[in-house]
Amino acid sequence: MTTTGGMLDSEQSEFAIEEFLALEQTKDLLRFSTAGSVDDGKSTLIGRLLYDSRNVYEDQVRAVTGTRVGQKHGVIDFAQLTDGLRAEREQGITIDVAYRYFSTQRRKFIIADTPGHEQYTRNMATGASTADLAIILIDARKGILTQSRRHAYIASLLGIRHLVAAVNKMDLVEFSEEVYRSIEGELEELVASFGRAKLVTIPVSALDGDNVVEASERMPWYTGPTLLEHLEAVPVWKEEASQALRLPVQRVIRPDQNYRGFAGQIAAGTVRKGDVVAVLPSGQSSRIASITTFHGDLDEASAPLSIAVTLEDELDISRGDVLVDATRLPQQSSSLEASLVWFDGDRLETHKPYLLKHGAQTVSARVSRVLHRTNIQTVTAEAVSSLAMNDIGVVQVELIRPIFFDAYEENRASGSFILIDPVTNATVAAGMIRGGLQAAGSGDVARQKAGVIFAEDDSMAAAVESILLAEGWPVVTTCVQDEQLLRALLSLRVAVIVRATGGDGLNLNGLNVLHVSDFVGQDGAVEDGDAAAAVVDALRNWSGVAGQKGDGR
Amino acid sequence: MGSSATLEMVVPSAAKLSHLQMLEAESIHIFREVASEFQKPVMLYSIGKDSSVMLRLAQKAFFPGPIPFPLLHVDTGYKFNEMITFRDEQAASLGLDLRVWRNEQALADGANPVRLGTQRCCGLLKTTALLDGLRAHGFDAAFGGARRDEEKSRAKERIFSFRDRAGQWDPKNQRPEVWNHYNGRISPGESIRVFPLSNWTELDIWHYILLEEIPIVPLYFAKERRMIVRADSLIPVEQTFVHGLPGEEQWVRSRLRSLGCSPCTGAIRSDADTIPKIIAELVSFRSSERANRVIDHDQDGSMEIKKREGYF
Ligand SMILES: Nc1nc2c(ncn2[C@@H]2O[C@H](COP(=O)(O)OP(=O)(O)O)[C@@H](O)[C@H]2O)c(=O)[nH]1
Ligand SMILES: [Mg+2]
Repeated sequence: MTTTGGMLDSEQSEFAIEEFLALEQTKDLLRFSTAGSVDDGKSTLIGRLLYDSRNVYEDQVRAVTGTRVGQKHGVIDFAQLTDGLRAEREQGITIDVAYRYFSTQRRKFIIADTPGHEQYTRNMATGASTADLAIILIDARKGILTQSRRHAYIASLLGIRHLVAAVNKMDLVEFSEEVYRSIEGELEELVASFGRAKLVTIPVSALDGDNVVEASERMPWYTGPTLLEHLEAVPVWKEEASQALRLPVQRVIRPDQNYRGFAGQIAAGTVRKGDVVAVLPSGQSSRIASITTFHGDLDEASAPLSIAVTLEDELDISRGDVLVDATRLPQQSSSLEASLVWFDGDRLETHKPYLLKHGAQTVSARVSRVLHRTNIQTVTAEAVSSLAMNDIGVVQVELIRPIFFDAYEENRASGSFILIDPVTNATVAAGMIRGGLQAAGSGDVARQKAGVIFAEDDSMAAAVESILLAEGWPVVTTCVQDEQLLRALLSLRVAVIVRATGGDGLNLNGLNVLHVSDFVGQDGAVEDGDAAAAVVDALRNWSGVAGQKGDGR
Repeated sequence: MGSSATLEMVVPSAAKLSHLQMLEAESIHIFREVASEFQKPVMLYSIGKDSSVMLRLAQKAFFPGPIPFPLLHVDTGYKFNEMITFRDEQAASLGLDLRVWRNEQALADGANPVRLGTQRCCGLLKTTALLDGLRAHGFDAAFGGARRDEEKSRAKERIFSFRDRAGQWDPKNQRPEVWNHYNGRISPGESIRVFPLSNWTELDIWHYILLEEIPIVPLYFAKERRMIVRADSLIPVEQTFVHGLPGEEQWVRSRLRSLGCSPCTGAIRSDADTIPKIIAELVSFRSSERANRVIDHDQDGSMEIKKREGYF
């Protein structure tokens, strides 16, 4: 925390406090999780981070100074600053996710401190689910253990983009660069094999504080940032705001006849007054009439704000519906392929009814098949028929009715769910949607997005149509230029070819509209076939089709 | 589209939200989830600064509609008079459905912290009263203003905290909480405590009160008050059973950092009579707020024991 130093006399304090508060208001929020095996020094590291950045209150320090048996009086036990519950103090281990808070001049931090030993994989997944960054602790003497592999894998699986490997206890390996470099190299290979996460490795001594907050003088060969410098500098990357709108309706607010607001937390994208939104599952559309907040209406609001909107038309909308960008619709399916982290003591039973909670809706579901389990020691797939506590696997889920979703890889909020046992009410699993599954033969349809193509020329229309059909798009060709009709067709996610130059006088704002004439004769003389292919490319690119990504097994 | 973009490409700085906006959005989402999924939610209203922030967040969550659940104040009978006055003013001016619950039997039997000790007194007037109040009304979800940064055992508290039929909390048997998908399913007789302020820090609370101009009890602001001065402690003179030794009662410019029962809540010497001054004091003091409450110091880990028994 920023300290303004000592006691302030009142004249000065008013002045200093204004600066302090102005700075406070500019701070953003970084959530990170920490994972490591027992005794790697996780609690010590967090205690050190809090202490050196002056976030530990003095009475807490007093309470943990020299209270452990056999410990020198007056020596701060950093680990005990963070180990909370009696049960774990008695056992001397961390058994549950603990949340810690601290801030610096630049930003506020929420730490999800997740215990490392095997039976608590679920806690690691819990902490990682909301984290922007994950710190993985490695004991320099031991190097990369199977547990470290597992930690890196879970962080990647849960979509964390920034990984930090803190190679701890460097004081016990004589601050050896050689030891560090070999761990660093091995880690880089490992993390690259899991996907897109960015890795930064830092040599530290949590006990002595080297490279935690202050740069170490004992490792001159290391020129990178200290842990805290890195935490302060990493971009808090809110891709959600620039994605397609997803607003799950949590609640309808209707204080009187004159107001009907649809309240929810924006899961992705930006909502603007006047925007056309589609309401799912009904497929109807309307415009945003207002964005209501306690402090007055807004012109726009982005994820992850909680807001309420009103619409220009009176539509029948209730909790569980989703308002979405009418031109970039989510996928829809009653059959999902998903990664599961199994939490419950009772094993997964295929065909047993579970409840799937996704956004503001809860749907009855069954797991029809376990495709594989990931062996988290070796990170390889194994054939199994069920999942037990702390297993991670890929399954096929059948829902009693379709839901609208995005792949988890693209959107954590609309691509994740939990499974609940309807008898015990336990949360039995966390799920990450990989994609929708369709009946054989129409595999890609679920990923297609919609668009309107105006084609005056019959042969061009036919060329575009044949490419679309060959790619498996549903296509409708029409001569009718009617706004309502076009919007309705698009909400069914078909490509619509209109045989006219058209578009004049139609309000197609916000829709994916292409004119074939724009593509013909580009770059001089272009063949019809090339122009048609360019149209289809534009259709595909504009609508942000996910393509083949993220669905490979 | 985000998924294939590199980190460097997407930095929508205009869309950057402050930490308070993020916290507010999270809390409002929690309020709406609970109000929609439970039969009979209630907000536990303790009159303190955290309750004041909770109240504002609840107003925001359902605006322009009213707060769709009642507030419950568990009154020990030893709250400061200024707290009760403030409570009733708030209820009247905001049109709140406020219910008050007291353990009348224990009070009639003369329960007070001097006679019973703080642990037994809290057990009867807070924990028992709370559980009885919830049961009598049949509330199935209760919002509380606890924050995870307050005390070590709270650092592990879930946002939805499951309580068995006896209202008790089992730290080893909590539901995993992933993303923002909360599982609010319960069986008859069971209930859930919900902590919408879980991720707020004490500083966040004060800063939000300042920015949002949220009314708070005047006891938080420094003025000359009658105190029993004993070593480092200031004990407010309010109840007849609280006496000082000769010379211990003095006028002291002081204020309260957290509001509890008058016999058990220590005051601090302070000049902070505005919120910016309170924040300045907070950042220069470096002493966590519950340290001034007598109850938590009785025994190491005492808060956790209280929680297991049903206290917040
Ligand atoms: N020499 C040395 N010991 C450390 C370091 N970090 C932690 N330790 C010790 O390792 C032991 C385990 O640390 P702790 O933080 O409890 O590990 P956790 O189980 O990962 O939380 C304790 O005795 C620490 O004092 C370090 O950097 N150097
Ligand atoms: Mg530990």
